[in-house]
Amino acid sequence: MSVLAAATIATTMAACGGDDDSGGGGGGGGGTAEDNEATDPGMTEDSVLIGAHYPLTGPAAPGYSEIPTGVQAYFDFVNANGGVYDRQIEWEYLDDGYNPTNTGQVVNQLVLEDEIFAMMGGLGTPTHNAALDLLNSEGVPDLFVASGSSLWDNPEENPYTFGWQTDYESEGKIIGQYIAENLPDAKVGLFLQDDDFGEDGERGVRQYLDDEQIVEVQTYTSGNTDLGAQITALQQSGADFVIGFNTPIYTALSQLTALRLNYTPEWFVSNVGSDPQLVGSLLERFSSGAVTGTSLLEGVYTTDYLPTVDEVDNPWVQLFQRVWDESGQEGELTNFRIYGMSQAYTMVQALQAAGRNPTRDDLVAALEEAGGDFQGPALAPFRYSSDRHAGISGMSVSRIGANGSAEELTPVLVTDVGDAEIEEYDGEETTPPESGIPDEEAIG
Amino acid sequence: MSDLQTPAGAPGAASDDAPSTATAAANASSAAAGGGGRSFLPKTTLLRHLLVLALCAVGAVLLLEGTERSTNDQISRIAFYAIAAGGLTLLTGLNGQISLGHGALMAVGAYTTALLLDVEDGEPLPLAVIFLIAVAITAVVGALVGVAAARLHGPYLAGATLALAVGVPGLTLYFSDTLGGEQGINVRAPRAPDWFVDAIEAISGERGQGTKWLAYIAVVSLLITYFLLANLMRSRIGRTWRAVRDQEVAAELAGISLGSWRVLAFVVSAAAAGLAGAVLAIVVRLTAPGSFLPVLSLSLLTAIVIGGLGSLFGALLGSILLVFLPEWARDFGLEVLDMESAQASQAAFVIYGLLLVATMLFAPAGLVGTVRLALLRRRAARAAARADGG
Repeated sequence: MSVLAAATIATTMAACGGDDDSGGGGGGGGGTAEDNEATDPGMTEDSVLIGAHYPLTGPAAPGYSEIPTGVQAYFDFVNANGGVYDRQIEWEYLDDGYNPTNTGQVVNQLVLEDEIFAMMGGLGTPTHNAALDLLNSEGVPDLFVASGSSLWDNPEENPYTFGWQTDYESEGKIIGQYIAENLPDAKVGLFLQDDDFGEDGERGVRQYLDDEQIVEVQTYTSGNTDLGAQITALQQSGADFVIGFNTPIYTALSQLTALRLNYTPEWFVSNVGSDPQLVGSLLERFSSGAVTGTSLLEGVYTTDYLPTVDEVDNPWVQLFQRVWDESGQEGELTNFRIYGMSQAYTMVQALQAAGRNPTRDDLVAALEEAGGDFQGPALAPFRYSSDRHAGISGMSVSRIGANGSAEELTPVLVTDVGDAEIEEYDGEETTPPESGIPDEEAIG
Repeated sequence: MSDLQTPAGAPGAASDDAPSTATAAANASSAAAGGGGRSFLPKTTLLRHLLVLALCAVGAVLLLEGTERSTNDQISRIAFYAIAAGGLTLLTGLNGQISLGHGALMAVGAYTTALLLDVEDGEPLPLAVIFLIAVAITAVVGALVGVAAARLHGPYLAGATLALAVGVPGLTLYFSDTLGGEQGINVRAPRAPDWFVDAIEAISGERGQGTKWLAYIAVVSLLITYFLLANLMRSRIGRTWRAVRDQEVAAELAGISLGSWRVLAFVVSAAAAGLAGAVLAIVVRLTAPGSFLPVLSLSLLTAIVIGGLGSLFGALLGSILLVFLPEWARDFGLEVLDMESAQASQAAFVIYGLLLVATMLFAPAGLVGTVRLALLRRRAARAAARADGG
């Protein structure tokens, strides 16, 4: 019973950098360490405790369990440079094994026993859903949920919850438009995870591709590893271009099944399922070594909203490489760790904007007021405001080349859910500040 | 907290009939019947169990009011595991049927509760009524499974019930429009009534909403379930189940219809699992397929094996370990062995596995069964010594 739990999770991927007009040290705002006061639980005079839940064990752990180590590395880096407002950021993350029952338990422990000031980057749609009610009824800021579901953008019902990565519907729209403009003759098949991840993506794609161009839709259920029926149906429908909204495991499985059936369409794998390093290692494992490295993924289209580890010239990747090396943890810098560090970077920005002695509500207010203007590693700006809690607003389309490198095919495109237009992002590329630590002004 | 055990029928004699040590916990004779020195306990089973129930209820209030809210939450989780494990220990320990599908039965109870609470407008039914409906529906499902199960033995029964555990979470994806698919259904338990809030205020001055209210629901459900199960196990029905388990031929000769008694055991056990699912739904505040993977069924089975097959107290002990052991193991790994968080989380599984193996090797009757066997041996030795001396 291989229960491949991974559902509508967020992965990392993405493209190039941006620019930050700020420089300098660990936290602006007036005052000195003497002015620090304890406010809400988790915020003491000299520390602030941030928590999260991740699958560190079980089938969803490969890849995702690296994210919190990236977060740790970046917080260590900030702490070594004086922390935020002379407070050290403490980072506590617990394993939920991607099981919502466990998520409820560990979030209860984090909130009620360990008393975190805020949660950051809780991973997974069904898992985090189990924590939503508790966090909002206790008034704990629930920042940057690691999933592209639209559930997190609902400030009326969940005023403390914020998304972070580009949502699946916007991603589907950008994919759909790219195909409509650049590959108008493609006969498109959809390969979707059977939940809101696949549904949101399909809704986006269908805004730009009509029913005639989409010749087949196939879904899979997470946990069922035999894709013979789905891939055969796609093959028989004559689809020569397959769009996949699926997790990394199913990228590997669909590639291997297609290889066995001698089916060679073009593939477009959405951001979540396209990490070349992880999919490459899964391919090697599933094929018992018959397929090596990322060779099968060459030529696959995907989308990015963050710089990726292969872009060694990108100043953000260089910063994160430095941070990772300094942290002294085991393993290499991966896209998952870049994802974690990028979230940590946004967290530091939010803490700076919230001022020297913020309450939990102050942190939420700061994100609503200033979060839309934060500049960081993400390619496109956040959509945060008092009535929107949606994260990054866009992505660029790229194509995987040799050894997992990515070639940009479009500029950064920004859009939103619903019938918002897709536009080229007109902001400048950001670069990290000299010190590697953001310097946001305190609001109010 | 509640030791509503299942003493066997004939005073003093039942323990001699135990076919194996594995179910020793189910067969120990009752304290009141066995020893002369405990005569302060009421003579009838029902009164004795009522007394224990009342003591446990008082103990539960003290425990819930004397601990933090995070511990309250852990107690609620222990409660739903213990309710399901109690039902399972009746089935496996008393009736000798194995089930690897109780997690799926919990899912039936949980989804019933979630759907009944999720009404668009107007008030949902009272929680007690919803719980009873959840129990009834799960019992019906249990009867269907039980009819099939009554014809199967050992590994075949395990396989059939395992199919249930694997299949049911998949159904929620197939009917995702009603059952919410992978992300599940959010559950909002009704708010605590005013009298409850006032009562808690009077006892400890704390706020009787949210986690605390849910903990009381969970504990009350647990106490009622264990009270009913303990009486059932101690009754003629319980004795018949034991007869079916131990000596099929003899039981049949005595006019017992093996099949229908097995189905009945399955129904009772499923009803308990249904209630456990209902409690889980409101405590976790979500029902999603990821909560009911086959590993849940296996955890319940390990809980009753470690605690002692056939003993409700053993099922409770096993459930406490289910909730606390991963946390203890993780803290041990983090603080004593200085591990990374991911390693420490994996270590919890290793420790749980080692504990299970150690129990099988050194205490095959489980925690409760082993203690009972030791007590019995001591009593026998004392009796023998007295006989020698006299």
